[in-house]
Amino acid sequence: MTANTVLSPSAKRRPVSWGNPLTYALALAVAAVSITPVVYVIIGGFRTTPQIVANPAGLPDPWVVDNYVRVLTQSDFWRQAFNSAVVSLGTTLGVVALGVCAAFVLARYTFRGREVLYTFFTLGLLFPAGAAILPLYLMLRDLNLINSYYAVILPQVAFSLPLTIVILRPFLSAIPRELEDAAAIDGTGRLGFLWRIMLPLSRPALVTVGILAFVTSWNAFLLPLLVLGDASLHTLPLGVQNFSSQYTSDTAGILAFTSLAMLPALLFFTFAEKQIVGGLQGAVKG
Amino acid sequence: MTSTNQTLNPAGGVPASPAGLRPAGRTSNRAAETRRKWYEIIGLTTPAIVVYVMFVLVPMGFAFYYSLFRWRGVGPPTEYIGFDNYVMAFQDPIFLDALRNNAIIVFGSLAIQGPIALGVALLLNRNFRGRTVFRLLAFVPYVLAEVTVGIMWKLILTDGGTFDALLRSIGLGGLVQPWLADLDLVIWTLLFVLTWKYVGFAIILLLAGLSNVPQELNEAAAIDGASWWQIQRHVTLPLLGPTIRIWMFLSMIGSLQVFDVIWVTSVPAVRSLGASATMATYMVDNGFFARLWGYGNAVAVILFAISFVAALLFQRFLLRRDIEGAITRRANRP
Repeated sequence: MTANTVLSPSAKRRPVSWGNPLTYALALAVAAVSITPVVYVIIGGFRTTPQIVANPAGLPDPWVVDNYVRVLTQSDFWRQAFNSAVVSLGTTLGVVALGVCAAFVLARYTFRGREVLYTFFTLGLLFPAGAAILPLYLMLRDLNLINSYYAVILPQVAFSLPLTIVILRPFLSAIPRELEDAAAIDGTGRLGFLWRIMLPLSRPALVTVGILAFVTSWNAFLLPLLVLGDASLHTLPLGVQNFSSQYTSDTAGILAFTSLAMLPALLFFTFAEKQIVGGLQGAVKG
Repeated sequence: MTSTNQTLNPAGGVPASPAGLRPAGRTSNRAAETRRKWYEIIGLTTPAIVVYVMFVLVPMGFAFYYSLFRWRGVGPPTEYIGFDNYVMAFQDPIFLDALRNNAIIVFGSLAIQGPIALGVALLLNRNFRGRTVFRLLAFVPYVLAEVTVGIMWKLILTDGGTFDALLRSIGLGGLVQPWLADLDLVIWTLLFVLTWKYVGFAIILLLAGLSNVPQELNEAAAIDGASWWQIQRHVTLPLLGPTIRIWMFLSMIGSLQVFDVIWVTSVPAVRSLGASATMATYMVDNGFFARLWGYGNAVAVILFAISFVAALLFQRFLLRRDIEGAITRRANRP
C-alpha cells in the first residue's frame, strides 16, 4: 500500500496501472456529485409531468420520448440553436483573428511602447464584463446595433481579447528565432512568416483560445438578455430561460428542453478537453 | 533552408516572396525597413485596439458620466445631480444586502472551492486507469451554461421538489427547508449551487498547473523516502502557488460580478427583498428593468471600483507574499 502510494506520482513513464481502491472510491464520489443532477435532468425528460409531481425523485415509468419529440419539433429550439451557433462562431473567429494579430506583434516585434501596449490589454482582465453591461447597452442602442448578431459578437470579442492575448503571447514568443531568420533568408517577410509558419505551428494554442471563446459565447446570458429583445434572435440560454418561465407547470418539458440545450456544449467539450488543459499549461506557468 | 521552411508549412508549397517585400534587404534601406515595421505593427494591432477600446474601455467611461445624472434613458441626460446616485445606493438597504451577499460569495467560494479543488486535482493527477473519464465528469458542471445550471437546481430545490422528496424518502424529512424561499437561507443555497458549478474551473486550472510540476522532483523526493502526502505537501503544493493565485484572482473577480446563476435560480420576489440580490442583479434590476439608467450606471461604477480595488490589493498583497515566501522558505530549509 505504502510502496504503491509512494511510487504512483512517478509512474508517468510506466504503463497505466489500476490505482488503489481508495482512489477509485474518491473518484467515483467526485463523479457522482458532478453528474447526478445532470443525469436527473436528462432522465426526468423521459417522464411525464404527473409522474414527476407524484414522485419527484422516481424513475420514468413508463419511459416517454414525447417531451423530447415535442421540443425538437414544435418549439423554437432549432432557430435558437442556429442563433447560438452564428453568435458563437462569429465571436470565435473574431477573437482568434484579432487576438493572433495583436499577440504576434507583442511577441515578435521589438518596438518602443510594446510592454505598455501589453499592459494596456491585460488591464482588460480587471474590467468585469458584467459591470460594463448597462453603458454597453446604451452605446449599442445609439449605434443602432440592438437586435442584431453584432450586438453580441462585438462586445464578446472585445471582452475575450485580453485573456486570448495573455494565452497566445508566450506561445508565439516561444517559437525559435532561427525559424524567423531562415524565413527571412528565403525572402519571406514578417507577415509571410506569420501566415506560413506561425499559424500552423501555433495551432494548439489557437484551438485553446478558440474553444474558450466559443464555450463562453455559447453559454452567455446577460449580454443577449439585454441586447436581443427580438425573440427571433434569441440564443439557446435565453430560450431555455423563457421556456422555463413561460411553461412553469410543464416540468417534464422544461427538463427535456434543458437537456437538449446542454448537449452541444457537453459534446464539444468532451472532444476538446485535452486541448483546453494542454493549452492552459502555458498560461498558468506564473 | 528552403526544405525546413517547406516541411513546416505543409499547405504552402514553395514559399514565394510576397509582392513588395525585398528579399533580405537588411543593408539596403534602414529607414524604409523601419517604416514598414511600423506599418505592420499598426496594421496588425489596430483592429484589436479599436474593438477593445470601443467595447471595453469607452463604456466604463460613459458609465461614470451617466451616473452623475437622474436619467430615464430617453434623450440625452440633462438632470445633473452630482454624486446623489452614489449616496442613494449606499443608503439603500437592498444594495447593502447585495454587497453583503457578494462578500459571502467571494469568501465562501475561495474557502470552499479551493480545498475541494485541490483535493480533487491531486486525486485526478494520480495515474490510474479511467482517469481521463473521471476528469471529464468532474468538468461537466463547469461546461454547462449558467442558465442550465440555474434551472436545473431550481427544479431540484423547489418546495416539494426532488431534493425534498429524497430527504423524506430516506427519513430525513425533518431537514426539509424552503431552500430558495427562506430569506436567511437562500444565499447559502445559492453559494452551494455556485460552488457546484465553478469548482470544476479551479480543478481544470490546478490540473494544468500540476502537469507543469516536473516529475523528477517527485521522483527525487520519493527516493529520499518521502510519502505521497509529504511529496504533495512539500513539493507539489509550493510549486502550485502561482496557479492557485491565478485561480483565486479569477474566482474573486467572477464572484464580484456574478449574475446569471443568481438571476435564474432565485425567485424575483426574494431577490427584490435583497435576500438573494448581488451587485450585478441589483444593477440590472434597477438600471435596465426599472429604467433608472443614471442610478444603474452609478451601481455599475461602484461594482467596477470594488473589483478594481480588490484586484489591485490582491496583486500587491500576494506579490509581496510571493517574494517573502520564496526567500524565507529557502532559508528555513535544512
